[in-house]
Amino acid sequence: MISFKIFSECKKYKIPLWQCPQFLFLILGLVIIFSIIFTYLIGAKYIQDLATLTLLICFLTIVLFILAFSIVNSFENLLSVSRLKSEFIEIVSHSLRTPLTNLNWTIDFFLTKNPNKIEKEQIEQLRFLKESSKRMEDLISKLLIVSRLEDPTFFQSKEEISIEEILNDIIQKAKDKIEKLKLNLELKIQKDLPKIFANPFYLKIVLESLLDNAICYNKESGKIEIELEKKGKNIYFEIKDTGVGIPKEDQKYIFQKFFRSENIAKFQIPGTGLSLFITKKIIENLGGKIGFESIENKGSRFWFLIPTKK
Amino acid sequence: MVFNTNKKMKKILIIEDEMALQESLGGLLSEKGYQVISALDGETGLNLAKKENPDLILLDLILPKMSGFEVLEELKKDLKTKEIPVIVLTNLEGIGDVEKVIALGAKSYLVKAEYTLEEVVEKIEKALK
Repeated sequence: MISFKIFSECKKYKIPLWQCPQFLFLILGLVIIFSIIFTYLIGAKYIQDLATLTLLICFLTIVLFILAFSIVNSFENLLSVSRLKSEFIEIVSHSLRTPLTNLNWTIDFFLTKNPNKIEKEQIEQLRFLKESSKRMEDLISKLLIVSRLEDPTFFQSKEEISIEEILNDIIQKAKDKIEKLKLNLELKIQKDLPKIFANPFYLKIVLESLLDNAICYNKESGKIEIELEKKGKNIYFEIKDTGVGIPKEDQKYIFQKFFRSENIAKFQIPGTGLSLFITKKIIENLGGKIGFESIENKGSRFWFLIPTKK
Repeated sequence: MVFNTNKKMKKILIIEDEMALQESLGGLLSEKGYQVISALDGETGLNLAKKENPDLILLDLILPKMSGFEVLEELKKDLKTKEIPVIVLTNLEGIGDVEKVIALGAKSYLVKAEYTLEEVVEKIEKALK
């Protein structure tokens, strides 16, 4: 059992077995046990021949020293890989986003400063430009989150938060989109919901992604129903839409990285294929569960449960 | 670079090395009637803050000559500039960076890429009230 666990742990690091600290520790332990028994046996037989005994002990010490050295080395390698990764994330987040922000803010400035001076057609084109750069920004943000999901410190900073407050903020932000599609939004929020212990930034990502999907994949004049209530020691969230739904054959893939259903491509709805992957990871890290039901052309229902306690 | 010289209005110092952001953010703020002064590097920014005594400082973190962290540290050390509220505007978003900046005394920390120009201006106006 233990060795199985070690093999799977080492596989996770994507390094050869002889460089994996857990595996090397196992070997070290075995060598120590073997050495003790071996020294005892040899010692009992050659007790008169001190030179052989000393040589043997020296040899075993060297083997142990080499093993210990490899372990320290492999730890260093792992650390430098994770350092390189976080440096890469920093570079991406800063260097890639800066020119995008320049582009976005310049378009914003142009649109707010000269709405009367620019022709209608040009305003439309500027909005296209802005929409595209927003999509690019969205993709960068999600890629950053995906690479951080593998970092154990990612979920460490938690605080007591009200899921209801976060949900209301997100709905407020999405109002324009909801109105544009003439969607009917129904909210059922239980009173006096307990607070939960989570990182507000990541919970916001979860709620934003689920609401955004219910809006973008909905049909005009469709409906969105949101429910938030306490169920035992958990908070239960549900969002139902009357949208395009997910084809049955695609349903098993929807929480996979970069997966986008065929019917979505047909409707040309933009997206990254990362939202549900990220959402599931975050919910699972909060000790919760996520699930869904969907019928093509009728709509989808997504739900999650997260514990209220730490 | 001075966008507007109306002295009655509140004065905002932007320390930011991206010219495009200086133009758009500075432009919109001065259109809203604020006096905007700006610096393209940390050192010039710090000197301007000491000389001009602005009502608010918008500070980027990755800057030439002197980083935003150093500028913030120096601002908070100097009695003359200690009380000026500083909003950090950056695209760095490591948890460590946020904590460091808040510990150094910044009023708030905004990740530029997460906001539109209008949203940032709204937050700046709120901070000035």
